[in-house]
Order: sequence, then C-alpha cells, then structure tokens
Amino acid sequence: MTVNLFDTRGTPLERQRFTWKEISQQPISKLDDDAFTRVRIILMNGIEQQANRFQHLASQMSAELRKPLALVRRTEHHQQTTINWLLSGDHSPIETTIAYEQVAIEVTAAVAQNEPDPYLAQVYRFGLLEDFDHMYRYSALLDRVEGKDANNILQSYTDVIPGRPTIDEHRHPHDDLRNHYDRASADPLTKMHAYTIMSAEYQTRDYYMNIGPTFADPVARALYAEIASIEEQHVTQYGSIIDPHETLLEKWLLMEANEVYNYYSCMESETNPRIKAIWERFLDYELGHLQLVTELFKQYERRDPAEILPQTLPDPIPFESQREFVRETLTREVNLRASGADFVDIEEEPEASLEYRRHLHSEGAPSEAIAAGYLWQPGTELNRDAIRAA
Amino acid sequence: MEKNTRMGTNRTGVDMAPMLSKEMARGARELTPAQQADPTAYDSMVQEHVREAGPLGTVPVPGTVRGALKSLLDKATGHNPEVFINKLGERLAYERSGVRFYEAAIRKFEALRDTEAAGFPIDELRHIRNDEEAHFMMLKEVIAGMGADPTAQTPDADVAGVAGMGIGKVLHDPRTSMAQCLEMLLMLELADNDEWQMLITLAEDMGMDEAARFGDALQEEEEHLATVRRLYKDSLIAQASKGAVRH
Repeated sequence: MTVNLFDTRGTPLERQRFTWKEISQQPISKLDDDAFTRVRIILMNGIEQQANRFQHLASQMSAELRKPLALVRRTEHHQQTTINWLLSGDHSPIETTIAYEQVAIEVTAAVAQNEPDPYLAQVYRFGLLEDFDHMYRYSALLDRVEGKDANNILQSYTDVIPGRPTIDEHRHPHDDLRNHYDRASADPLTKMHAYTIMSAEYQTRDYYMNIGPTFADPVARALYAEIASIEEQHVTQYGSIIDPHETLLEKWLLMEANEVYNYYSCMESETNPRIKAIWERFLDYELGHLQLVTELFKQYERRDPAEILPQTLPDPIPFESQREFVRETLTREVNLRASGADFVDIEEEPEASLEYRRHLHSEGAPSEAIAAGYLWQPGTELNRDAIRAA
Repeated sequence: MEKNTRMGTNRTGVDMAPMLSKEMARGARELTPAQQADPTAYDSMVQEHVREAGPLGTVPVPGTVRGALKSLLDKATGHNPEVFINKLGERLAYERSGVRFYEAAIRKFEALRDTEAAGFPIDELRHIRNDEEAHFMMLKEVIAGMGADPTAQTPDADVAGVAGMGIGKVLHDPRTSMAQCLEMLLMLELADNDEWQMLITLAEDMGMDEAARFGDALQEEEEHLATVRRLYKDSLIAQASKGAVRH
C-alpha cells in the first residue's frame, strides 16, 4: 500500500469521535499476543504522547494556532489513551519495562539500518547499545525481585546480554548533545526517524519517572532512578539531532506526517486484526490532521508543504527481531564513548564525563548491584539446567 | 466470553519459537562476559537500606484520652497496647477490603450466570460478604470503645492493603475465571482465619475482654474457609471434567 500525503484526505476532524468503551476497550493478551503487537502499542503511545506534549507547548507560544491545536490535541489525547489502555493489567511494572526496552532496541536498530545519514545512523547505534544494557539490568531485576523470566515478554526476539555498561553511560550534559540534521537538505526519512526515536525515548523517561517510586525494593527504586537518568540523556541526545531552526508550524507538520508514517508502519505489520483496525482508523485520523496542518502551513508560512514533506511515505518501519545487527553493533562499538557531538574510543572520553559519574557512583551503582553475575537463561537463572539443555 | 482454561497460542515459553530461543540462549551463554562483580552486591545494597530505614509509620496517638483508653492501658500493664490497636486496625481494614473483594467476585459471577456460573450458589458468597461487613462493624465498635480511632490506617492495616493489591487485581480483571477468583478468596480466608486466631491469642495474653467476641467471628471465618475451599474445588473439578458444569 502506498500512502500519498497530499492527496489522501483522511477522516475529517469533526468525525474523529470516541466513546469511553472504545477508549477503554479489551486489552491485548500478555500471554497470547505477539510481542511485536505490544512493541507497536508502546511505540505509538510514545508518538501520541509527544504529539500532545508538543501541541501544548506550541499553544503556549502561538496565539493564532491555539484553536486548531486544541482541536487536534483532544483527538490525539484520546488516540493515546485508546492505545495505552491496550496494555493489560496483568503486566507488572517491570514486565512493562522489559517491553519498553524491547521497543527501544528493536525500533532503534531498525531505524539505524535505514537511516540515510551516516552520522545519525551512528547516533542511533550508540543509543541502541545503551538501551540494550538496560534490558540486561531490568531482566536481572525482574528475575531476582519477582522471580520471573523476561523472555515471557520478549518471546525470544530480543537478547538479554550486557551492552555498554549502564554505569559508563552517565555523561556530562554537553557530551549528550549531537549535531542536528539540516532542515533544508535532510532526507524526510531522517526527520521522521529523529522524531520517532526522540518520542519513544521521552515516553520511556516519563514512564520510569512515574513508576520508579512505586517500588518497595530499594535497589529497584535506585535502578529506576539510575536508568531514568540515562533516558533523560537520551532525550537530550535525540532532541538535539532535530534542527532547532525549524519553525513551529514546520515542526507540527513534520510530527503529523511522522504520525501518519508510524501508524502506516504499524498497520502494515500488525498480526492482531482487532489492533490492526485501530492502526487503520488512526492512520485516517492522522491524515485528517495532516490536511489541516498543511492548510495552516500554507496560510501562515506562505510555503509549499512539498518543500518539507515527500509526496509518498518511505518504506514502513520493519517490526522484527534485529538480533544479528544488534550483536554486530555490540561487537564493534561497545567501547565507543561520546566527546561532545563526536564518538571516540573509551580511552578518549572527556574528563568532565568521567568526573560526573565518579561522583554519582561514589555511594554505589544500582545497575551493577542488581545484575552482578547475572546470566539470562530460559525460565530464570534458578532454572540451572536450561542453558546446558539449549 | 469463555474464561476457563483451554489450549491456545500462548507465546511466552521457548517452545513456541525454538530456533529463536536456541539462538537467544546461545548468545547469552557466549556473549555475557564473565564478571568479577560481587555476587552479594544486591543483598548488601538492600541491607544497607534496611538498616537505615524507619518504619512504615506509627499507631496514632488517641485524639482524646478517654476513660476507655485509660482502662485499656491499665489492663495492658506490662504490655504494649499499641500492638493490639495495630492488629485491630489491620483486622478492620482486612474485613472492610474483604467486603469489596467478595462484591467483586459476586459481580463477576452474576455476569456469568448464564454460562460458567450457571447453577453456582452465589448466595453463599453474599452470605460471607455480609459476615465480613458485620465483622468490620464489630471491630469498629471495639476500637472506638477503647478510645482509639477506627478511621486511622495503622501500619499493619497498610501492610494488609499492600498485600491485597494482587488479590484485588485478579478479582477485578474481567478476563479472570471463576476458579481464579475463588482461589483468591481462598487465600483471603486462609490468612483471615489465622489472623483472627492470632488476635484472640493476643487479646488473651493482654487480658482483654474482647477475646470472647472475637471467638464468634473466628467460628464464622472457619465456615467461610470451608465454603470457599469447597466452591473452589468444585469449580476446578468442573473445568477438568469435560461436559457438565458442576458446583
């Protein structure tokens, strides 16, 4: 299926309506649904959350756009609720965390391979190895605190192996800032990748900030605090690759197009027919939003949206296991560190970052404590015969 | 929709994706570096917090020291009366939550009256629900009679609430089966029985007159336990035997 961004009208805004029963409908099955259905749900929650976040900020900065922003934002809010409420209540917060990290790994790995800009592909690979390590730490937490196997969530698609050690990920804020793409010359896919991954990381930061204090185990509390801090760094990293010279309406236009692209990607790969129908419906809603913003862009900026957006969407984001790519990246790049916007060998890491984390870790590092000696095996580390049998 | 146990496409185990699982296990084995980290690091970090942490909270000081409390304090000479008040507060909270847990089960079973719950004696659950409410009211009187505050959440009441969170989630989930819910009620009743016995032991040890009143409640709780155990067993057996639903 090809989606034409300018000729497809989508669902008009006035017909984008919800009932509470639609918004709070049957969740997916944690046990029976495919892990990538949950991956898509979490990703799209993040995309919608970013739409809401941006549209609130934009409204506080633009008197002219307040009304259309309010209209679109209400629908985006209910779209987000519908999507997030698809997660069932039998997911423990750590199990949902495992799923969040699966999103970060699989989607970032897919994006890194399709990114046309080599520097930004490196940025994604750099972040990928950090989220990969979070998976390992949280899997140890799930095993050692709840006695559960992370693979019940991962369904064997995603590895549980150490990446760049979380203790080494804490950096001086200036070492988290990257070079941004150029709004005038960047490939549209580059922009969509940046908005997608920034949105996903932002929701992960917010999720950990919300659930961290709900834990009783002091190491769990500390681990969420530690990894939330890295997610904050990731939001800094991925936020900084977006060209800050884009106008407010240009950003809005790009984000609406990105929502179209993400729903389209989900729709193309979804295996659960009920959830696929939701992606299809919301794809049409987003096309409706895009039409509205396209008109606003023409009206206020006196520019042709075709300067910003492609006529048709790029190939959809593949939602599938990226195991081989992640392992290759791990082997080649685990020792990379950041020096300002550049990536350097471990020996060349700036003193400012080293000093920053020396102090943070001076009273112990939860990511080390929880995973000391941890080796993932099917059925948890208590299932000692499992790895020999595999 | 049918909620009873059946075979399906559960994807959580390694057997559902043997090739992927084999590769995942091989990777974990070969790519997880041997670590020199202290294997007791988790224990040490937790234990440091345990040593430094204060309690969940306290038993409230009575707003007014009335005669009744004075009498309690007199009777409890040589004992800590706050231990008794704490446990009374817990029982009150447990019974009050118990009312809501039974209501959740009753609500669900009524919805399933034409299917899985056909012929199920819901009135037996209603009877237990009413007993739990009566126990709550009795405890309220006892606590107030001692000059303590029955609306306060004591530390053990808080713990009972935290412990009940999982039970509540199972009962409230529209997808859980009757047997899964009855298992939760059985857990509730098992603990409830022992805790009433514990309260009686404590009351006797402290020379409190309430021990006799609590004995009546315990007797009812023993009946609840027997009822729920029977209903749960029947529900499981009905699922296991193909065809007829029995209770």
